[in-house]
Amino acid sequence: MSDLIVLDRVGMVYTTASGSVEALREISLGVGAGEFAALVGPSGCGKSTLLRIIAGLRPATSGAVAVAGRPVDGPLHAVGMVFQVPVLLKWRRVLDNVLLPAELAGLDSRRHEHRARELLRLVGLDGFADKYPRELSGGMQQRAALCRALLLDPPLLLMDEPFGALDAMTRDELNLELLRVWGEGNQRRKTIVFVTHSIPEAVFLADRVVVLTPRPGRVASIVPVSLPRPRTVASRASGDFGALTLQIHESLTRAQPPGR
Amino acid sequence: MDRWLTRNAPAIVLFVALVGAWQVAVSAFGMREYILPSPLVVLRALGGSEIPWAGHLWITTLEIVGAFVLAGVVGVALGIAIAWSPVLAKALVPFLVFVNTLPKVAVAPLFLLWLGYGVVPNMLIGALIGFFPVVINTAVGLTQVDEEMLDLGRVFNAPKWRVFAKIRIPNAYPYILSALKVTATAAVVGAIVGEFVASQKGLGYVIITTQGSMNTPVAFAALVWISVIGLAVYGAVVLAARWIAPWAETSE
Ligand SMILES: Nc1ncnc2c1ncn2[C@@H]1O[C@H](COP(=O)(O)OP(=O)(O)OP(=O)(O)O)[C@@H](O)[C@H]1O
Ligand SMILES: [Mg+2]
Repeated sequence: MSDLIVLDRVGMVYTTASGSVEALREISLGVGAGEFAALVGPSGCGKSTLLRIIAGLRPATSGAVAVAGRPVDGPLHAVGMVFQVPVLLKWRRVLDNVLLPAELAGLDSRRHEHRARELLRLVGLDGFADKYPRELSGGMQQRAALCRALLLDPPLLLMDEPFGALDAMTRDELNLELLRVWGEGNQRRKTIVFVTHSIPEAVFLADRVVVLTPRPGRVASIVPVSLPRPRTVASRASGDFGALTLQIHESLTRAQPPGR
Repeated sequence: MDRWLTRNAPAIVLFVALVGAWQVAVSAFGMREYILPSPLVVLRALGGSEIPWAGHLWITTLEIVGAFVLAGVVGVALGIAIAWSPVLAKALVPFLVFVNTLPKVAVAPLFLLWLGYGVVPNMLIGALIGFFPVVINTAVGLTQVDEEMLDLGRVFNAPKWRVFAKIRIPNAYPYILSALKVTATAAVVGAIVGEFVASQKGLGYVIITTQGSMNTPVAFAALVWISVIGLAVYGAVVLAARWIAPWAETSE
């Protein structure tokens, strides 16, 4: 499998008026084309930062990033981005929010309306297409933002805790839905980098789980998940699932902050 | 209608009580009409044929609406220019701040000198007083956008103008509309000040002429008309806000 995303000793230092913060240090990592990679790590370790760097929305302060063999030096196009907060435009109804990527890209949004409605149905938001974002709960807004990211069917998805505000049931359902969207079992799959705080969610979804250390984030370990696909509700009950969850948990607790 | 009544009942009760107290006080203390006319006398002057109200009303309304529209259009245009280009912002902002510190009322005689009598100079004075908050609020509304929203534009390779059209300008609507409420009042002040300085028509002119004749009831009647126009313009902005930006929590 050739690597779609290649991170080579990526570092990030934020410089602000109140001083500088080292968010990431020497991250080297490859994500294969068609791979589902999960990213876990303690709060503030630089997961969101890393996604933004991959998307080309913020330049790394050291190291190099390449996507599809080309160095990233500006915003990538044709990525689906789900931010940690939903960022829906409050003056647009839900359907129009989902259609925004088409409009921003200068496409005819009417030709995407069918797909937009389909996606809304997929995440259980049919019936809310004509509501304004403020009429939706936090979890519903996250789901609408997910639909927006999927609208143009991007080959690369960067997702920052997309299901963080959902109840366990809806979350499990959407996990299965996401695997279908990804193309589990197909030859042509999307590539997904998925940030989460939930270890079971990471194990359930991913091919590999990347564990980051506390800030400055470094790669603590990379845990391959060899559970058979397609994954089902029963996957969670297997002994391997429990063992992997434990292994990642230990890796997370072992990763001590530097100097301590 | 019922809901409107319930919501505004406190204001209506206070208004009626004040007017009633005024009426009673005037007769109780035997106030001279040229010092303080009673509400009933003012009402009579409002309907009286002594002053050709329609003509004056038309002129002043024209000035106020003209000033309001001019301030709105120029203010939004300048605000967009400032938010669009840092170079334009650097050029325009100090100049605009300077213009805004001028006492506009003091400029009124100059406008009349240059432009002569008529509605145009009075419109310009109103616009000059009212445009600045529109510029500032437009520029602020266009720039106070979540970084993530702009990231959306970048990810989809949207040209700058499209980011303005789809994200920044809608984001600025509530800011612009709240500035226009201020502008509505400023337009009234400007138009009346202009008429005070020099004019032969309009409600401000009517007030000036009553000074000589001690016709205070007419001055009060003119005031009533002015506030009717002012409230109508203000009300139009509030309605427009509800129509253009129903998603924004309106605060009056
Ligand atoms: N725009 C910024 N300016 C300055 N510092 C920043 C900025 N964004 C993030 N940081 C800092 O970088 C570090 C990593 O932030 P980041 O948001 O990437 O963490 P995270 O792993 O996504 O955390 P969480 O799990 O809580 O979302 C934090 O210490 C934060 O203070
Ligand atoms: Mg984060």
